[in-house]
Amino acid sequence: MNAPQTKPFKAGDYRSDLTPVWCPGCGDFHVLMSVTRALAELGTAPQDVAVISGIGCSSRIPAYTNCYGFHGVHGRSLALATGLKVARSDLTVMVMSGDGDGFSIGGNHFLHACRRNVDLTYIVMDNRVYGMTKGQPSPTTEPDWDSALSPGGTGLSPFHPLVIALASGANFVAREFSGDIKNSTRTIIEAIKHPGFSFVEILSPCVTFRPDEKEWKNTVHKASVDETDDPARAARRIMTDDGMNVGILYRGNRKPYKAHVSDRIDDMAALESEFAIPPASKT
Amino acid sequence: MTTSQTASESVSVAIVGSGGAGALTAGSILLAACGKSGLYGNMNRSVGPQIRGGEAAALLRICSHPVDCMSESYDLLIAIDWNNADRFAAEMPLKPDGLVICDPESGEVPDAIAKTGVSIVEVNMKDLAKEVAGGRENMIALGLAAGVMGLPIESLMAIVSAKLSDKGEHIVEAGRNCIEAGIAQVSSHARSLEIKPPEKQGDGRWLITGNEAAGLGAVRGGVRFAAAYPITPATEILEWLSPALSKTGGALVQAEDELSSINMIIGASYGGRASVTATSGPGLALMIESIGLAAASEVPIVVVDVMRGGPSTGIPTKSEQSDLNIAVYGCHGDAPHIVVAPLSVADCLFSTQWAVHLAEAMQSPAIVLSDQSLGQAHVLIDQPANVAFLAQRKIFAGGQVETYNRYALTADGVSPMAIPGTPGGQYTADGLTHSQKGTPSSKKSDHQDQLDKRRDKIANFDYGNHWADVEGDSDMVIVTWGSMTGAAREAIRKLSAEGVSVKLVALRLIAPFMKDNFLKALEGTRRILVLEQTHSGQFHQYLRAQCDLPAEVRHFHRPGPHLIGPEEICTQIRDWISA
Repeated sequence: MNAPQTKPFKAGDYRSDLTPVWCPGCGDFHVLMSVTRALAELGTAPQDVAVISGIGCSSRIPAYTNCYGFHGVHGRSLALATGLKVARSDLTVMVMSGDGDGFSIGGNHFLHACRRNVDLTYIVMDNRVYGMTKGQPSPTTEPDWDSALSPGGTGLSPFHPLVIALASGANFVAREFSGDIKNSTRTIIEAIKHPGFSFVEILSPCVTFRPDEKEWKNTVHKASVDETDDPARAARRIMTDDGMNVGILYRGNRKPYKAHVSDRIDDMAALESEFAIPPASKT
Repeated sequence: MTTSQTASESVSVAIVGSGGAGALTAGSILLAACGKSGLYGNMNRSVGPQIRGGEAAALLRICSHPVDCMSESYDLLIAIDWNNADRFAAEMPLKPDGLVICDPESGEVPDAIAKTGVSIVEVNMKDLAKEVAGGRENMIALGLAAGVMGLPIESLMAIVSAKLSDKGEHIVEAGRNCIEAGIAQVSSHARSLEIKPPEKQGDGRWLITGNEAAGLGAVRGGVRFAAAYPITPATEILEWLSPALSKTGGALVQAEDELSSINMIIGASYGGRASVTATSGPGLALMIESIGLAAASEVPIVVVDVMRGGPSTGIPTKSEQSDLNIAVYGCHGDAPHIVVAPLSVADCLFSTQWAVHLAEAMQSPAIVLSDQSLGQAHVLIDQPANVAFLAQRKIFAGGQVETYNRYALTADGVSPMAIPGTPGGQYTADGLTHSQKGTPSSKKSDHQDQLDKRRDKIANFDYGNHWADVEGDSDMVIVTWGSMTGAAREAIRKLSAEGVSVKLVALRLIAPFMKDNFLKALEGTRRILVLEQTHSGQFHQYLRAQCDLPAEVRHFHRPGPHLIGPEEICTQIRDWISA
């Protein structure tokens, strides 16, 4: 049991040969590295992993892996992944999204994925901007961030993904910084291993439209409290959060979603018997 | 279905009462008892706009032959009470020689009915029920109906026992006693609406709704996953599927909205499970973007749309065929897919099973256009035959391949699909235009190749003779589709009895349009009546867009909520002939 084992896979075994469309310096490169390292560490074969995404820069990630992938429509990755995981519980299903895809157009699915608690790992690369459409404010953008679409800023309070995940019933809640590959990898491993719905927000700078985010490497800091399985404690920590502390926040004990299973019948005639009217002669 | 239609072969009965009076229960038992006696028939429920309470009517038609459309007028109206019954008056016109049975203690006969001069018989249903321990007036009404129709009492008692047994033996006993009391009243009123004996004996008769039949068709076709958001009038499909899938090793997930349910089934089908969802117009509108995704990423899915009056929220509880355009043309871009329409309640089973087969074989979305008039009708049918479709999804088996190309160009346009878990088959399904390998591409050649491939796999498939029901031979043809087929068939039977022969061409496969088969079916035609339940004539416009109609054409279309009936269709044909 304790003898050192050779890992069956290396991180590179989870990468395809496709060159990402991301800008040089984009945080998503690091997230891709962390994910592939985490999968190699877990040793799940690439064909047993499915990476599901929507639309946006970060959602391009499935094709850069050597796993099964689905690059679907904008905002619906959690729904697609839910169907896949319920139908195929044997697979490791990861959902990879961005702040626009996941929190704006896909916001409702986020709430219900948390409360449904299907055994998925949801990683949102949060850069607080729409990058693919060239720089519009997202639900996590600061209210005074100036842009052509919203001159002078939106004036709206940013969405707080961790608060919403916790309040909606996510079973594992964490935040990491893309540039910290070591800790991101560790947290992704824990998220995949944890039963039920695991949510990891990864602060992933957009160097093109949010060059100010290059400073994140200096402003992120380790959370001052340890992870907890007490939602009330987790809630207290989040409510005083500056948005930049990293680490695992909450690891809950809710039972993962399980589809209702009845006693199995293999005979269609038994299923159809409810429609049959026995002929009068037999009574 | 060979006997010509005459009045004596069909009796129409309406049982009305305020919500909770039990009119619908009485109707259900009456219909099942008719099935047990070997008869055919159908029942539609009409309820007021209130969620609970209000008025309710069971509208039955009992026949000695299979029947696929509702009555246009009624032989017998039993009013347990008259609360708000005037709201139903337009839906249940009485025949001039019709009979009304009502309780003098439950209010005045509404003017609209009294003025017609029909026979009105008063029976104290409430008092009769009070004389029976635990008795209820709806069971008295049931006995009255059975008595007037001359139904065998054994059939009734067997159904009452089966339907009420879970409520306790005393309820069954009370029901039986009330029915007997009701029947006893009839002998003293010498009016009879007896039905001819059935064409064939009752072995293997089923009582089923179109929505249940669609659910069963999906399961028979191999569906083992469904995702659902409730919507009238499709919810019964989902409610039937939920336990059925649990029993057959599958699962149904209730989604947060239709955007979710369509993507859930795409995910499950990508994982290798044949999958279905069911909805109505508003839900289909929300699903459309992702139906395009399924077309582009070549993931087989089936969407059953039980159409209701539109646009927008429309009339949720009433039927219309006006989702034709969105089903065929809704997707942005060029996204060929399959659209089929069941031609009867029984055909909801076949058509949905066929749609699963087509979707799986061609790795394409398939939309089934049922509607409220099929979905929520309770119908006595012959036990459906088992239909086995052989073609399955073409799967990539894995193993040693240099490069797996998920979207490889093949002779028939269908490429082997790798199912997650298969070594060597890893690919990313994508709504972006992609290369044969599946990687994103904006190259002209890739775009053209993949558009061609997806067009050809659907255009060149062998749909056999299921594309339409073509019946009879005449130079006068009714061309219709979906649920209107039942009324058209009955109109053609009526006209045949008058010596007028009319051919029927009823399309089951709406898209792709089978132009060659369609024009062949119309060879020698002089006159075509295009028939549909829409306001704008969507089907007529669709036919015009697909081919040059080879004859003189008239089109008869109007919106819901009232169904186009056989007599209206007959009038169209008679007027044309005499013009």
